[in-house]
Amino acid sequence: MACYTANWNPLGSVFYRKFDLYSMDWNLKEDLRDCLIAPGPYGGPIALLKNYSAKGKSSGLRPVLEIYTASGLPLSSIPWKSGQVVQLGWTVTEDLLCIQEDGSVLIYDLFCGFKRHFSMGNEVFQHHVVEARVFHTEYGTGVAILTKASRFTLTTNIDDLKLRRMPDIPGPPSCWAVLFQDRATMILFAFGKDLYLLDHTSCSLMVPPGMNPLAGSYLAMSISFNHKLLALFTEPGYIWMGSSSLKEKFDDHNSSIQLSPKQMVWCTRPRSKQHAVVLMWDRLLMLVGNSTESIQFVLDEESYLIPELDGVRIFSRSTHEFLHEITGATEEIFKIASMAPGALLLEAQKEYEKASQKADEYLREIKDKGLLSEAVTQCIEAAGYEQEPEMQKSLLRAASFGKCFIDKFSPDGFVKMCSELRVLNAIRDYQIGIPLSYTQFRQLTIEVLLDRLVLRRLYSLAIKICDYLRLSEFQGVSRILAHWACYKVQQKDKSDEEIAKAINQKLGDTPGISYSEIAARAHACGRMELAIKLLEYEPRFGEQVPLLLKMKRSKLALSKAIESGDTDLVYTVVTYLKNELNRAEFFMTLQNQPVALSLYRQFCKHQELETLKDLYNQDDDHQELGNFYMRSSYTSEKRIEGRVSALQSAVDEYSKAKNEFACKATEDQIKLLRMQHRLEDELDKSYLDMSLHDTVYNLVMDGMFSKAEQFYKEFKIPDKRYWWLKISALAEREDWEEMEKFSKSKKSPIGYLPFVEMCMKQHNRYEAKKYVARVAPEQRVRSYILVGDLDQAAEAAIEHKNENEMILVQSKCTPTTDSVILEKINRAKTQILKK
Amino acid sequence: MAFSDRRDAPDLPDFALLKRLALDQLIYLLEQLPGKKDLFIEPDLMSPLDRIANVSILKQHEVDKLYKLENKPVYSNSDQLCFLIRPRIKHVKYIAGIVNADKAAKRTRKYKIIFSPLKLYVCDMVLEEQGIFGDVICDEWYFYLLPLDDDIISMELPEFYTDYFLEGDQRWLCTVAKALHVLNSLFGPFTKSYGIGRCAKMVYEMWKDLEDESEGDRKEKRPAVGSIFLFDRDVDYITPLCSQVVYEGLVDDIFRIKCGSVEFGPEVTSSDKSIKVLLNSQDKVFNEIRNEHFSNVFGFLSQKARNLQIQYDKRRGMDIKQMKTFVSQELKGLKQEHRLLSLHIGACESIMKKKTKQDFQDLLKTEHSLLEGFDIRESISFIEEHINRQVSPIESLRLLCLLSITENGLISKDYRSLKTQYLQSYGPEHLLTLYNLKRVGLLTEQVPGDTLTAVESKMSKLVTDKAAGKLSDAFSSLAKKSNFRGLSKKLNLIPHVDGEYDLKIPRDMAYIFSGAYIPLSCKIIEQVLDRKAWTGLEEVIRLLNGNEFADPLSEGSPTSDSQRLILAVFLGGCTFSEISALRFLGKSKGYRFIFLTTAITNSARLLEAVVETSLNVS
Repeated sequence: MACYTANWNPLGSVFYRKFDLYSMDWNLKEDLRDCLIAPGPYGGPIALLKNYSAKGKSSGLRPVLEIYTASGLPLSSIPWKSGQVVQLGWTVTEDLLCIQEDGSVLIYDLFCGFKRHFSMGNEVFQHHVVEARVFHTEYGTGVAILTKASRFTLTTNIDDLKLRRMPDIPGPPSCWAVLFQDRATMILFAFGKDLYLLDHTSCSLMVPPGMNPLAGSYLAMSISFNHKLLALFTEPGYIWMGSSSLKEKFDDHNSSIQLSPKQMVWCTRPRSKQHAVVLMWDRLLMLVGNSTESIQFVLDEESYLIPELDGVRIFSRSTHEFLHEITGATEEIFKIASMAPGALLLEAQKEYEKASQKADEYLREIKDKGLLSEAVTQCIEAAGYEQEPEMQKSLLRAASFGKCFIDKFSPDGFVKMCSELRVLNAIRDYQIGIPLSYTQFRQLTIEVLLDRLVLRRLYSLAIKICDYLRLSEFQGVSRILAHWACYKVQQKDKSDEEIAKAINQKLGDTPGISYSEIAARAHACGRMELAIKLLEYEPRFGEQVPLLLKMKRSKLALSKAIESGDTDLVYTVVTYLKNELNRAEFFMTLQNQPVALSLYRQFCKHQELETLKDLYNQDDDHQELGNFYMRSSYTSEKRIEGRVSALQSAVDEYSKAKNEFACKATEDQIKLLRMQHRLEDELDKSYLDMSLHDTVYNLVMDGMFSKAEQFYKEFKIPDKRYWWLKISALAEREDWEEMEKFSKSKKSPIGYLPFVEMCMKQHNRYEAKKYVARVAPEQRVRSYILVGDLDQAAEAAIEHKNENEMILVQSKCTPTTDSVILEKINRAKTQILKK
Repeated sequence: MAFSDRRDAPDLPDFALLKRLALDQLIYLLEQLPGKKDLFIEPDLMSPLDRIANVSILKQHEVDKLYKLENKPVYSNSDQLCFLIRPRIKHVKYIAGIVNADKAAKRTRKYKIIFSPLKLYVCDMVLEEQGIFGDVICDEWYFYLLPLDDDIISMELPEFYTDYFLEGDQRWLCTVAKALHVLNSLFGPFTKSYGIGRCAKMVYEMWKDLEDESEGDRKEKRPAVGSIFLFDRDVDYITPLCSQVVYEGLVDDIFRIKCGSVEFGPEVTSSDKSIKVLLNSQDKVFNEIRNEHFSNVFGFLSQKARNLQIQYDKRRGMDIKQMKTFVSQELKGLKQEHRLLSLHIGACESIMKKKTKQDFQDLLKTEHSLLEGFDIRESISFIEEHINRQVSPIESLRLLCLLSITENGLISKDYRSLKTQYLQSYGPEHLLTLYNLKRVGLLTEQVPGDTLTAVESKMSKLVTDKAAGKLSDAFSSLAKKSNFRGLSKKLNLIPHVDGEYDLKIPRDMAYIFSGAYIPLSCKIIEQVLDRKAWTGLEEVIRLLNGNEFADPLSEGSPTSDSQRLILAVFLGGCTFSEISALRFLGKSKGYRFIFLTTAITNSARLLEAVVETSLNVS
């Protein structure tokens, strides 16, 4: 362990260490300096454009675009056939931006697949790009361009392209950087000895506080990863470090190297008080901070710096290293002769493994100070910053050991660290080649990491990670499988069947999988049959149907929509068909789909009555056509002729439908309408729209007995109805004379009880009594009761010897007033019993 | 009460949650349109809305004026108009009219349409056709489930019946499936499902699909409701067509209960104004009589009145202190009870006046003989007279339908003559109504021999693939045989009792029809629950035209209380009589039923739904 801090380099109050991430075996023949290089942040891929310069062309070598993992494994390459590239850069979603001299930007994916392109505008096209920068802000990925005419043009988000042309500047800048502050993108540039801040409206001169007055022209500048820090390098080798707002100076340093550095980047970690900048010259790497000293490394090879959130990655043709500031926890534990609780705990655990009683001494020392939980936390935290699994393990073991001696120490942090480290170790493997530090990982989040694995087509690793971290299927496995399937459908060498089967086998009915999305992808690749096969697996009809329509499989879409039972879907398809097909075809399609047809009819009933008629016609549905005319005779036709002719059409249709009853009824209706109309003319009174019954009733009410008689005969009104109708109307009219006459006209088909009832309804007992005698014997009791003659009722009941009737009469009697009758009935009852 | 609670009847889940969910969403939707706005509510949504949010809640969320959506010009000065409607074409057209009128007058306002329970694609089509698609904001208020009472949830979709059973339009099936999904996720998972009817089957399958889709985010929890029973209204038309004689059903038949509340007119309140009363289990008096046969109600009420008097009388001989507690604690309750009691007594008197007449007795007698299948000729002439005397168009239809269904269709001669009579009495345009009745199978002609109806045979030609199979399902529901006699015999629907049926201490569910008939729907549910399957009912299934299903859904411990909680789903409406009957069944077997219905129905509503509507709309 003594050598553990061997690669620690002190600078000011903190230590820095540089260690190997990978040894690069990418067999580069070219020198890095001859390539255009773009390494992605967060352990992203490295893009190289070889032979890019115009000079190269003369040598006959074609430019080649190659993409490697951070560990130097080739991912893809293509010969570059487009224009002159000025700058390469990665977006936050790991797409490669190739900025060409003419201002057009081509976007490629990790596998050199062309995605799209956009232009930085006409002005850039005319004046050509001198320099370009790709930058990342909370809005996404942006591009800034400096043209030959010394104008800046930039966009803050390439996915929502808004080009902004910046104001004029005094002349070509010696160095510049994109600055993002207060949600605005600005450009900081130097022109000779002056420093300017360029925003959308103005260009203002800035003077960094505490700037050495002797410092000459600005040669280089660097903005930190989080846009908060700014470093400036001036002619005599003077380095100024301060806040990017130019309000505060942290440190300065004199490197006494007058040459402009090849790269200058910040090397600091979040929330650190220490600010340090790494500068690189041909053979020298220098780290300067708040100290007059500096750390210097000799470089054997041409190298390249990649600023990261918490340090700097340095890669060359053979190595890939990480330079970073040692964190507090690590320093406390490993500093030589440290007595920090974490250090003691680590020691205690080691002694414990050796079965030495010293373990107890160390432990006691920590516990006595009450710092055990702090010690455990320290060990867990430090484990996160270690690259080597062995070291991680030993720190975690110490944490686990210490944890045993604390009551109620929440295991969450420990468990989380263990599982996350396992994931990190897996992706740091050189086969995968994503050298994420723990700090970067936390910033990036697991979801984004999974996305990046998916982008690299590392589906199985991504799924294993999801399973291991127990992410919900919905946001984890399902999403990955869906991506896999979308990739799968693009494999042109496999048959539709094979692919559909393979996809279904893998995906099954995993929740959250959208087969329709995969099918849409297949459709986009021009594989119709595959898309349809895949749609078969889609359980949600709502997702199937729109895509089928898009693929012009409207009939299939219609039957799917119907199968879904979702009427809205059916309507969607029907509307689509209506616009797509000619009318005859449209109707024919509907004919075969009764559900759709009935839905469309419903719609037509409200919106397009004429279409409805056409539909019935097409269908030879004469019954419905008859109904249709019938309805229109009552709703849309106002004039009598119109109504009659509508009804006549109905009759025709009904007769075609062989519905005799409806025919007859409608004919009667026409007859009724005509007669009512005639009545209206004659009597100047409204009869229209009355039923036959009401018409005749009204005629009787108005004393038109012969007219009523005429209707009775004309329509063959059943006798019973006519009698009921006539006597109730006469009673209402109180035409007792006519009633009596009528009662004697012939034998009543409804008997005479109704006469009694009707008279009593008008409270005319006198008239009622006239008919009682004529009531049939079996109803006579009821008629006596109706007229209120209980005595007679009793008599009649007794005469009939009918017990039920007697009970009925009894129930109508009031004991006080009708005692005589009651007695009479009781007597009769007993007599019946005797018999 | 005539029957006592079995001690182990499980508790009901708290459905008030559904109301809170609906209210929260409504408020959210209103807040989405910030600032003062006028709200136009369609008449059919007024009562349901009233049960969810009162005016002051609406005002709190900046609703300025409230209007009923009527086919009239709008005189609103507000710059924001919000419409709360069912997804119907005529409403959308009306709104389009308003928007276009504003456009013509160069007036700019904000318009928002809230569709409840969902927006249909047709609405978009109409908006587009009227050229205002971009001018209005549309939203959906997912208000599927209104708990009317502790055990009744209504979807308040009376048009479900017409749309599905008459027009063969499946637009609401999804909504019902979604409603089941909501209930299942809140109170489930249900362990077992049963059902009968084509619609039930379709809804069930849609619901299962929904469940499968959302399987990912289901959490383990204890189910509150055990089984679910889906029932198509057209499996049993007899029960809703019978005159109701249980108190709650009678009140519904006579005064029309609307969304759980009834408006008692002056003849009941014995004052000159009407009173709106909420009828649910909160009303102590009502709760005790709602399920009783009407003949018991009066006696019960007078007993209650006496008890109340005794309680009032306690006042006498109280000292001041006791009096104080009496006034502060008991008096309010007594007053309340007093008020309700007098209302119900008033209602009873009003019912008595109407129902004890000779006509009503004759009517009941006819109904009973139709159910039993005796004296058919006599019943027919009674119906004929009923029609001839123009007693009531709906009542006449009811009797006609009852006759047709019990007799499995009318013989041709009667069919023609009764229809002619009907047209003569109530107007020839009812030809369309009669045709509609034939379509839904309520009024049919006996077809000798032929078992397949015309529609079905036509359909069967088209049945070529699965999709066509499904759609033919929708259509063959039209006009099918009722086989009532056979069913009645198989299931013993007509109880044979020696002597008089004791309505005070009922023995079976027949009490809800004065002991004359056990409701078919309830009997089927009872039989299936007893067997926990359809096995042994094969003959009954055949008579019911099939489409039964029973499906275990998830594992549940058979002993837990929730297993005896049964969600009875009526597609196309259920009547209060059926609810009373099942409550009775529950009490005698230790089940507890929860009712989910597309709407509360009764004979009048059922028939009015089929009466040709275009005749009333000009």
